[in-house]
Amino acid sequence: MLEAREVTFYYRGRKKAPVLENVSLTIAPGERVGLKGPSGRGKTTLCRLLAGYERPKAGEVLLDGKAVTSFRGVCPVQMIWQHSETVVDPLLPLGKTLEEAGPVEPRILRALHIEEGWLTRYPAELSGGELQRFCLARALHPSVRYLLCDEISAMLDLVTQAQIWDFLLEEAKNRSLGLLIVSHSDQLLKKLCTRMAEL
Amino acid sequence: MKPILAIEHLSIDFIQYERGLRRRVLPVIRDLSLTVEAGQVAAVVGASGSGKSLLAHAILDILPYNSRRKGKILYDGEELTPERAEKLRGKEIALVPQGVTYLDPLMKVGAQLRRGRRDGETRRKYRDALVRYGLDERTEGLYSFELSGGMARRVLIASAVAENPRLIIADEPTPGLDAQAAARILAHFRELAEGGAGVLFITHDLEIALEIADRVAVFYAGETIEEAAAGDFASEELLRHPFTKALWNAMPQHGFRPITGAQPYPGEMKEGCPFARQCANCTDECRAGQIGLRTFRGGLVRCLHPRKEEA
Repeated sequence: MLEAREVTFYYRGRKKAPVLENVSLTIAPGERVGLKGPSGRGKTTLCRLLAGYERPKAGEVLLDGKAVTSFRGVCPVQMIWQHSETVVDPLLPLGKTLEEAGPVEPRILRALHIEEGWLTRYPAELSGGELQRFCLARALHPSVRYLLCDEISAMLDLVTQAQIWDFLLEEAKNRSLGLLIVSHSDQLLKKLCTRMAEL
Repeated sequence: MKPILAIEHLSIDFIQYERGLRRRVLPVIRDLSLTVEAGQVAAVVGASGSGKSLLAHAILDILPYNSRRKGKILYDGEELTPERAEKLRGKEIALVPQGVTYLDPLMKVGAQLRRGRRDGETRRKYRDALVRYGLDERTEGLYSFELSGGMARRVLIASAVAENPRLIIADEPTPGLDAQAAARILAHFRELAEGGAGVLFITHDLEIALEIADRVAVFYAGETIEEAAAGDFASEELLRHPFTKALWNAMPQHGFRPITGAQPYPGEMKEGCPFARQCANCTDECRAGQIGLRTFRGGLVRCLHPRKEEA
């Protein structure tokens, strides 16, 4: 169980206008929770807290009862970002980026249609949809149990979007991953989620 | 009615240097045709890398120096030469650029919107444009790095439409905006079209395109593969090209079924139909020669067997 308990968060110098105030959210294994809300309401910030990139100013983020920031090694909660080109090292060939969290199972590469030739290319040479596949493969280390998907298909065309979700839903089912899915598209959330939350 | 913008058989090549002094020509857009009528919103839909932004830059004649343009672009019935494009852009032809990086980082928003003019009328005009998109006067005093993604996008749109252009080219104006802000912007594009302007709406998001457009052109690997009325997207049977059908089927509300593979890169394209690798009904005929755009059931399609794909 991944839970945010009454978390409050503000960025430095903005104590008077917190991004999140007493927000609670739980995600159980195998669950797909949809999260929506207008821009600037703190959806991405909540993801960053759940993934342990930031610590809440009040409240706590717990993974199976322990603080998410206390895990060592590969964190079981991984985040996938909207703009894939901003989360890969532009100076590394993608084969290196892919293995940042350890070797990736060949099964995943095949399922995501990552071609052999792409591994020696640099991020600037591939499209957003192709980079997003690398980010997914990188985040699916065997010890990962929760994925936070922050608008991961908003920049992709419909066919690529369907390809990526098709794979991710299958993977989530087989490994009973818990997913948090952030999106502006009601139709997409309706199709994907088992439960909705709003900010 | 005479179309406000007509693009006929446009192709764009890039000249690249490989190793040393060896040059190669990389065709990025091949044989692209499109028309925008006054009073209409025409949408261009395609995957990233299909040449959508290049099309916008070609119309404004702001392509990079190592590119070559062939084919014809007619604005208001007359050829849009580089001199004419330079005179019209920013006035009659306005671009809403894709990235937030198109703003000048060293200039406050208000000053760069007004482009050096300081008279009261100009000030009022741009202030009204900002207010229309829900930004207040304080925005004028901010630098571009102080804006959020959604605010920056609204500034770009305000800048483009304040001069009452006759042709608006909007390159992915909606990502990063929530549904409400996006709806307001779409409604305003619609309003400009009703007022007689032509709008070319470039996007990867077919759902948004269908909300606003009268006609939709679908791009694939630098070619127009289908031009259809927005109403044709009501059902799969009304569509013509197998890729358009694949897009339709991939919409979350219509089954969410993906097809495998991706569009070919520029430079690795072979003869024949660019969609051949992903098409379930590809025949030997499809792999040879250039396939032309032809009229089919009231729209245009670039496919040899627009009927067969149901099988």
